[in-house]
Amino acid sequence: MSVKPRIKVGDVKAPGDVVEVKTVIQHVMETGQRRDGAGKLVPRNIIHTFSASFAGKQIFKAELQPGISANPFISFFVKIPAAGDMELVWEGDENLKVVEKVPVKIG
Amino acid sequence: MVRRSAGGKVSVIGRRDVLLGAGAATLVAALLSGAKGAAAQDKPNGWEDIVKKLMGDAKPVDGKIAIDLPEIAESGNTVPFTVTVDSPMTDASHVKSVSILSTKNPSPLIGTFHFAPEAGKASITSRMRLAGTQDVVTLAAMSDGRFIMSKRMIKVTIGGCGG
Repeated sequence: MSVKPRIKVGDVKAPGDVVEVKTVIQHVMETGQRRDGAGKLVPRNIIHTFSASFAGKQIFKAELQPGISANPFISFFVKIPAAGDMELVWEGDENLKVVEKVPVKIG
Repeated sequence: MVRRSAGGKVSVIGRRDVLLGAGAATLVAALLSGAKGAAAQDKPNGWEDIVKKLMGDAKPVDGKIAIDLPEIAESGNTVPFTVTVDSPMTDASHVKSVSILSTKNPSPLIGTFHFAPEAGKASITSRMRLAGTQDVVTLAAMSDGRFIMSKRMIKVTIGGCGG
């Protein structure tokens, strides 16, 4: 169901810059409240946790509920003190786990 | 049309009785089977309880939360929002988390977003589903134990919670 997420990290011009990180991942975010044609409840299937770490430290974590739209777009900010790796993790129902590593350079 | 004959009157009353009876039966049936569904739509969805659970005994104070929402959302399926809390984001004083709640959705909590001071700025942008025109509530938990709450009205043309 899920495919490779799209990630965009803003330009870091100097150490200590605060940049915006934008992410989108394709996912139905099925609420668990909807009924199918036969009147049966469609089971919940959402991404429930998204987290972002930079240089091994967790900076941002989102606990998502069914109230988040399909194909969740999440954007947040990170202060970049030096070049390093950003790790983004999406976790969802049905054992979904997507991990992406993005190298962040300065200048 | 007026009928003066006694027979006519009797027949009118008779029909009324039948109608009343049918109405009462429908009402009882509605109370028995449909009460749950009607309650879910008309009664509060319990967002206040979730706010209480998040805050504990604390009382929200005034503070700067900017909720960026469209005035009118044409589709409740994807309503973009940005929430920014004014904070220096230092170890001593930062925003720990921001929770977004709907006052009308079947499940009130939309999401909770946690920040470390290293975020540099307590701001989150995403898209949510809204069941209809309502207030959106934002609750920010600060590192010193204070809570800041803010509310914004949004008009939704077509609800986005299916069914």
